[in-house]
Amino acid sequence: MVLAALILVPLGLALVALLWPAARQRPWLLPLGGVAHLVLSIAAVAGRPAQLTPWLGLDPIARLLLVAVSVLFLSTSLYAPGYLALKPGRDQRVFTACLLALLGMISAILAAQHLGLMWVALEACTLTTAPLLYFHRNARSLEALWKYLLVGSVGIAIAFLGTLFLAYSALHAGLTPSLVLSDLVGDAPRLSRPWLHSGFVLLFIGYGTKMGLAPMHTWKPDAYGEASGLVGTLLAGGVSSAAFLAILRFHKILVAAGDGAFGRQIMLVAGLLSIAVAAAFMARLRDFKRLLAYSSVEHMGILVLGVGIGGSATLGAMLHLVNNALVKGVLFLAAGNIHRVYGSKRAAAPEGLTPMPHEGERGGAADGADPADRPPPSATSPALASSAPVSGLLRRLPWSGALFLLGVLAVTGSPPFGTFVSELTIVRGAFATGHGAAGIAFLALLFAVFVGMGSTVLAMVQGPAPSTLPAERRDTVLTIAPVVALLACVLGLGLYLPAGLQTAFAEAAAWLEGP
Amino acid sequence: MSALASPLLVVVLLINLFLLGTSRVRAAITGAAAQGVLLGVLALVIDDALSGSHIAVAAGAIVLKGIAFPALLARAIRDLAVRREIEPLIGLVPSLLIGAIGTAASLLFASSLPLAPAHEGSLVVPGALATVFTGFMLLTTRRKAITQVVGYLVLENGLFIMGLGLLEAMPFLVEVGILLDLFVGIFVMGIIINHMRREFGSIDTERLTSLRE
Repeated sequence: MVLAALILVPLGLALVALLWPAARQRPWLLPLGGVAHLVLSIAAVAGRPAQLTPWLGLDPIARLLLVAVSVLFLSTSLYAPGYLALKPGRDQRVFTACLLALLGMISAILAAQHLGLMWVALEACTLTTAPLLYFHRNARSLEALWKYLLVGSVGIAIAFLGTLFLAYSALHAGLTPSLVLSDLVGDAPRLSRPWLHSGFVLLFIGYGTKMGLAPMHTWKPDAYGEASGLVGTLLAGGVSSAAFLAILRFHKILVAAGDGAFGRQIMLVAGLLSIAVAAAFMARLRDFKRLLAYSSVEHMGILVLGVGIGGSATLGAMLHLVNNALVKGVLFLAAGNIHRVYGSKRAAAPEGLTPMPHEGERGGAADGADPADRPPPSATSPALASSAPVSGLLRRLPWSGALFLLGVLAVTGSPPFGTFVSELTIVRGAFATGHGAAGIAFLALLFAVFVGMGSTVLAMVQGPAPSTLPAERRDTVLTIAPVVALLACVLGLGLYLPAGLQTAFAEAAAWLEGP
Repeated sequence: MSALASPLLVVVLLINLFLLGTSRVRAAITGAAAQGVLLGVLALVIDDALSGSHIAVAAGAIVLKGIAFPALLARAIRDLAVRREIEPLIGLVPSLLIGAIGTAASLLFASSLPLAPAHEGSLVVPGALATVFTGFMLLTTRRKAITQVVGYLVLENGLFIMGLGLLEAMPFLVEVGILLDLFVGIFVMGIIINHMRREFGSIDTERLTSLRE
């Protein structure tokens, strides 16, 4: 009952948002949905409701993720009214409705115990994201949307093929095919191995595309780069995490079939590859929103790497799943604030480096073609020479700048943030389970990412601010407080893990590895 | 499995090769439409017993894959005056060859998978894999947005064939999958193509290059 409400309440509110006549109050439906969802999530997690239908239920990982996504959505929803107030000309009706529908669909993925239903929900996620990405209605967001849909649809089609293969593995074994997870786990030892294995590969590629693992990540920099901060938050923290959970559910079937090593091997390689690709692209990348996209590729890699290593690293992956989701909110929302004030997504060149000329030109031209992220031309800013690169953040936007800096420290795994604990757990797991080479490679790549992100971000926060920025654009309580709250959560998870949460994380890891 | 199924699948495979070899966009749409109709017929003959879900799936395939989506695409090319695919990333003859190799590889791979008794010796699994592969080739190597959508349609056709093998066992999954995928693919992409035309004055995805490192 509670689970159905988790899906239906946001969908119902989405419908209300479509019908609501007054633009002024409409964005406040988002916090309403966020609060309702959080209350329902806590009820669902605490109450362990009786299963009405085998199709809906919460496994231990879904429980963790449900609360994390709920917190993330509530924070973005508080940020949203202030954000939307700055964009009077846009289609806010559809935007608000799609955000709420997206929340409902993410909940549906988390609560789906029927793998076909889970697939439908993920497909619906893709659908509801399309208008969100095209909110700015310019050529660049159209391009991002086309790539997102094309790559995403192929991924989801391949995942469907994998689901069919999985069903066929039961059919071939002479079982009644069922896509209810608990049935498949129970029947796992009898499933036809060749079909199960090829099905898992297809599912990993398919859902891995939605996660944004390299080399299927090509849509991610474009989509995240063009998406507004709150859409980026929900994509990077919500949809990607949910796609990861989808892969884990199939991994669970493999483990139950006694073939866990097969899945782990794939994940180990795919994880390291994603982190390496991200690290390579992040070096000297000046566009800070695309930088966040590559950071997301990296962290998706860390998640599958943790599960691929297995043992105690699985626990690290579970910790990282929650930490990553929350820290993504800090980064994308703070980056959105910065982008809005500076009108540029380009960081200043670090001292001692001259910017590559073509890059500077492109960034400038692109911002010129992107009228969406600045207020309508007014007397104060006629030509708005604000495509100047971002620098002097700590002076011009002390709150957003500091939050962005701290967020980058958190996302690169610096102590004392929760991400440090989770990455450390994965590294220790690697050495404890005899994956020493993978552990060393992981550490080296983390360092490379730290240097790559660090140089860009330091150039953004230091130095003088461009003098051309209009003075009336500044941080407000509503665009800062939710980010502070999310950062506090990540910090809290790093400093102290209450016993209840410890049990929850341990349960999640045990569920995945256990029989 | 009726005796008609295999010849039908052979024709589907031949259409795959035709799609890879043609440069005319209209011919590609017609080919995909013919494939859709064939798949609808295939749904009727694939199992010995004919149930309601067979008829529903067959009707859905013929109406949507065979008529509605091709008609939408045909209207789009008429409005946009698209005739020919510009030189694809991989030339027509090489992509035809790759398609043939892919079909052979699908046959080999499928023969390494154990089949349920009902599908012994049939072309369902290799046909599905080869069609998915063809769709993927069209999607990745062609430059016009319309041809990419045709590629997506063909990829979906491949999934449909695989789904037919499971239609008796789990009709619901197959039906939902078919409808939803097509909905996303065609309607949403169709809308975007329309926007693209207004924005760029062209549906040449080569112009979508402002976002890159």
